[in-house]
Amino acid sequence: MTADAMFAHTLFQFGPLVLRDTVVTTWLLMLLLWIGAWLATRRMRARAGLVQTAVEGAVTAMEDAVRQALPRHADNVMPFVLTLWTFLVAANLVGLIPGLHSPTRDLSATSALAVLVFLSVHWFGIRAIGLKEYLRHYLSPSPILLPFHVISEITRSLALAVRLFGNMMSLELVALLLVWIGGLLVPIPILMLHIVEALVQAYIFGMLALAYIASAIQTGALAEGPAPATEPEQ
Amino acid sequence: MTDMTWIVLASTVAAALAIALGVMLPALAMGRAIAQALESLARQPESERAIMRTLFIGLAMIESLAIYCLVIVLIILFRNPLLEYLVSQQ
Repeated sequence: MTADAMFAHTLFQFGPLVLRDTVVTTWLLMLLLWIGAWLATRRMRARAGLVQTAVEGAVTAMEDAVRQALPRHADNVMPFVLTLWTFLVAANLVGLIPGLHSPTRDLSATSALAVLVFLSVHWFGIRAIGLKEYLRHYLSPSPILLPFHVISEITRSLALAVRLFGNMMSLELVALLLVWIGGLLVPIPILMLHIVEALVQAYIFGMLALAYIASAIQTGALAEGPAPATEPEQ
Repeated sequence: MTDMTWIVLASTVAAALAIALGVMLPALAMGRAIAQALESLARQPESERAIMRTLFIGLAMIESLAIYCLVIVLIILFRNPLLEYLVSQQ
């Protein structure tokens, strides 16, 4: 058994620039999603066809989930979280196609996504409540807790990256090991588990990003005082 | 050469122990979380969506602990730094 099949491998190398399969798969997926979105929204009608109904159903379900977690600022956060979900579902499931690997089983790809989430938490927090209020929540109960706030920010982003990477890599690894010790058809039940797990992990990644953004926005609401502690249900 | 044998033996045992413990304890924690969630779901079925959302996030948090163990075990098995050091010494 070679390590090449499990970990991201190099496709070409031009001098110092190394092109791994993760990058190629990611760009192909982005292209496919872009073309798919363009085709699906090209001719929208009131009497929706098959494709339009399916896409609208998916988008509405995701919108409802975002709105429920974050009723007041949902429209700002929506594009980011929906994009994350769409990309992650596609990226996690692409590993099922023979010859392709999920980009998310590479720690670099999931780290990039976690960095995006890390930055967007601050961006949405500052946009919602202003820079001064946002920075004040780091000192909120008492300034002694500042290091703990900072550590928590870093570790949760790290956990986000490692969780997705570990899950996707372990799924591929388990299928590979079963092929190795069993036979060609043995890993099929595990591949079915792969589908479920891929969807669950995409959901969890987006939901955690949403939860972190919501906490950044709502700490401001807490600091304002008389405002309700939790966002009212609509 | 005996050093190498010892390190291989110790890392195999450590990997097996680490994955066993690292799966067992998060499994207990997840079981507790799910049991509590089911109990509160039976008590208040109307708050199903909030409970499920929190449960999923909590399960993801617990699950990541098992994943950390898996990552460490894979490092021990495939990219063992001690073994690489020993090989580079020879």
